Amino acid sequence: MSERGIQWFRFTAPANFYDLAGRLIPWFAALTVALFGVGLYMGLVVAPSDYQQGDSYRIIYIHVPTAWMGMFLYVLMAVYAAIGLIWRIKIAEIMAKSIAPTGALFTFLALWTGALWGRPTWGVFWVWDARLTSMLLLLFLYLGYMALHAAIDDRQRASNASAVLAMVGVVNVPIIYFSVHWWNTLHQGASITVTEAPTMAMIMFVTLMIMVLAAWMYSIAVVLARARVELLERERTAHWVRERLEGERG
Amino acid sequence: MFRPLLALLRRDLTLALRRPQDALTVVGFFVVVVALFPLGIGPDPEFLRSLAPGVLWVAALLAVMLSLERLFSDDYRDGTLEQMLLVPEPLGLLVLTKIFAHWLITGLPLVLISPLLAVQLNLRPDEILILMAALLLGTPILSLIGAIGAALTLGLRGGGVLIALLILPLYAPPLILGAGAVDAVMHGASAQAHLSLLGAMMVFALFATPWATAAAVRIMLD
Repeated sequence: MSERGIQWFRFTAPANFYDLAGRLIPWFAALTVALFGVGLYMGLVVAPSDYQQGDSYRIIYIHVPTAWMGMFLYVLMAVYAAIGLIWRIKIAEIMAKSIAPTGALFTFLALWTGALWGRPTWGVFWVWDARLTSMLLLLFLYLGYMALHAAIDDRQRASNASAVLAMVGVVNVPIIYFSVHWWNTLHQGASITVTEAPTMAMIMFVTLMIMVLAAWMYSIAVVLARARVELLERERTAHWVRERLEGERG
Repeated sequence: MFRPLLALLRRDLTLALRRPQDALTVVGFFVVVVALFPLGIGPDPEFLRSLAPGVLWVAALLAVMLSLERLFSDDYRDGTLEQMLLVPEPLGLLVLTKIFAHWLITGLPLVLISPLLAVQLNLRPDEILILMAALLLGTPILSLIGAIGAALTLGLRGGGVLIALLILPLYAPPLILGAGAVDAVMHGASAQAHLSLLGAMMVFALFATPWATAAAVRIMLD
C-alpha cells in the first residue's frame, strides 16, 4: 500500500468505517431512487412490447437484476465471511452478516417475479426447472446462514460459525447448480453472455442494465446502513460510539 | 499415527454396540417412512415403482440427518471432544474417524436394509443392485456433509431442527445423482455416469469436509 494512495486499511477501523458509511449512504440512496425512476420509466413506458411475450416480458426488468444480485451477493457474503474468519477483521464479519438479508430478499423476489412471469408464459406459476430449483436452494442457504447466526448468542462465535457455513455453501453452489441443471431444464437460455452480443433489442438491454445498476446501488445503501447499526450494537461500550452518539444528540 | 485413530474407531463402535437402540432407531425410521408413502399415494404397483428411487433416497437422507445430532453431542457433553482438541493428531483426521464410525453405525445398515424396501416398491433385481451401489457411494457423502452441520450446531438450543435447514439444501446433489442412477436403469439407460459423478463427489467430500468440520468444532468449543 503506497503512502499516497487511499489507505484502505484505515476503513477497517470501526470508527472510520462508521463515519465513511454515514457519508456514503445518502449518495447511494439518491442514486438508487434516480436509477429506479429512470429504469422503471424506460422499462414500463419507453421499451417496446416483445413480439412473442407481449407486455408480460417487462417483468424481466425486475426479475433479472434480482436474480443476479441474489446470486452475486451470496458469493460476496462468503468472501467477506472468509476475510473475517481468516484475518479477524470485524468490519468484514459485520458486512457478511449485513449482506445476508438483502441477498435473501433479492433471491425471494427473483423467485416471486419468476412465478408471476411463468403463469402467462409457461401456463404455470412454478415448474421444477433447474434454475428455479437452484434459486430455491440458494434461498434456503441464505435462510440457514441467518438462522445459524441468530441461534448463537455469542457474537464472535456466531460470526465464525456462520462464516464456515457460508464458505461451505459457496463451494456447493456450483455443484448444486450443475447437478440440478443436469437433472432438468426448461428455463430459456441466457440472453446476455459476456462473450457475445446480447440477443435482445438495444433499448431493452440498456433499460435492463440501468435496473441492474439500481439494484446494485440499493444493495450498497441498505447493506451499509445495516452494517452501521450492527457496528453500533457490537461496539456499544467503545469510546468512539459514545462520542458520536452524544454528538448526534447535540 | 494410526493407532490413536484405530482406538477412537474401536471406542465409537463399542459405544454404539453397547447401546444398539440408537442405530436401530435410524433404521426403523427409514423403514417406517418408506412404508408410509404407499399409504399416502395409493397401492398401485406401477406408480409406486416409478416413485421408488426418490422415496428411498429421500427417506435415507432424512434418516441420516436425524442421526447427525448424535455424532458429536455425547462427546461434547461429557467433555471428550475438548480432550480431542489437545491430542497431537490432526483434528481433521479424528473427525474423519468419527464420521467413518458414524457411517458404519447408521449409513451402512441403511444400505443393507434397502433391498428389502426396494422389493416392497416393486424394483427389479438389477435396479436394486444399482440402488445399493448408489447408496453405498452416497450415504458417506451424507454423513460427511452432515458432520459440518452437526459441528456447527453443537450446544445450541433446537440444534436438531437447525441442522435440517443448514444441511438439507447441501444434500440436493447426492439426492439427484443417487435417485437418478436408479431412474436411469429403470428407463433402460446406463447408470455409469451417475455413479461416477457420485463417486467423484464422495472423494471430494472425503477430502474437503473433515477440514470444515474440524474448523467448526474448534469455533464452537472456543
